[in-house]
Amino acid sequence: MIVNQFLVLAALLFSIGIYGVLVRRNAVLVLLSIELMLTAVNINLVAFGQYLQDALVSGQVFALFVITIAAAEVGIGLAIVILIFRNRSAANVDELDLLKW
Amino acid sequence: MQFTDWIGDARNIVFLVIALAMVGAAVMVVTSRNVIHAALMLVVALAGSAALFLILGAEFVAWTMVLVYIGAVVVLFLFGIMITRAPTKADPVRLDHKRRWPALIVALGTFAAMATVTTLSFEDAALPEGVARAGDIGEVLFERFVIPFEVVSFVLLAALIGGIVLARKDPE
Repeated sequence: MIVNQFLVLAALLFSIGIYGVLVRRNAVLVLLSIELMLTAVNINLVAFGQYLQDALVSGQVFALFVITIAAAEVGIGLAIVILIFRNRSAANVDELDLLKW
Repeated sequence: MQFTDWIGDARNIVFLVIALAMVGAAVMVVTSRNVIHAALMLVVALAGSAALFLILGAEFVAWTMVLVYIGAVVVLFLFGIMITRAPTKADPVRLDHKRRWPALIVALGTFAAMATVTTLSFEDAALPEGVARAGDIGEVLFERFVIPFEVVSFVLLAALIGGIVLARKDPE
């Protein structure tokens, strides 16, 4: 196995996630695409950790931190989406213009 | 390295199968016209990444991925879909923007840039063998990384309180 196969796969997943974030209208689907991007980052972290073979296992530890932060982000993000849906009865990101003047 | 040499390794065949399944599932996540299908395809993509972690010898991260993502986050997503609107059939409302080409160009450009840079930098650098046991990670986490660990737990607490405050109805 070579490092680059994991890095290219992660780049591909990240790009698919970027496409999803840019093209989706439904806020829940945007959050799903962000999860794809975070997964790509985790693959990179673990692959680099295995490549460098450091004594502190930093790659995997940081992947665990990213997983934790992603869980927190999904919780808050979905709470915001539910709040917006309750107020406007739709959760489409291109209809949100409350912060525009 | 020649492709025939690369594919001769059994682990690379496993990698290729998992990678194809992951990419297919990821494309379904961003293109599916059914919201529930998109969330379920995310399960396939995340399970594939857990399998890749097992190939890379990261057992603890792999099972954490299964527990936290597939067990909790995707269920949370399904709850969110059910609460915001439950289109269990193909969605009558447009899920995508009308203009897809700029997004596609940005995504392809990102992929081309990153893949080129990593290929030029790492070429055929081989990946060493080795498995990180959960015990090793635990020791490192509670000795070297104990302060970040506590900070992350505080972030989780803040997210918990924030989620409750945001999602509950205001008392009159």
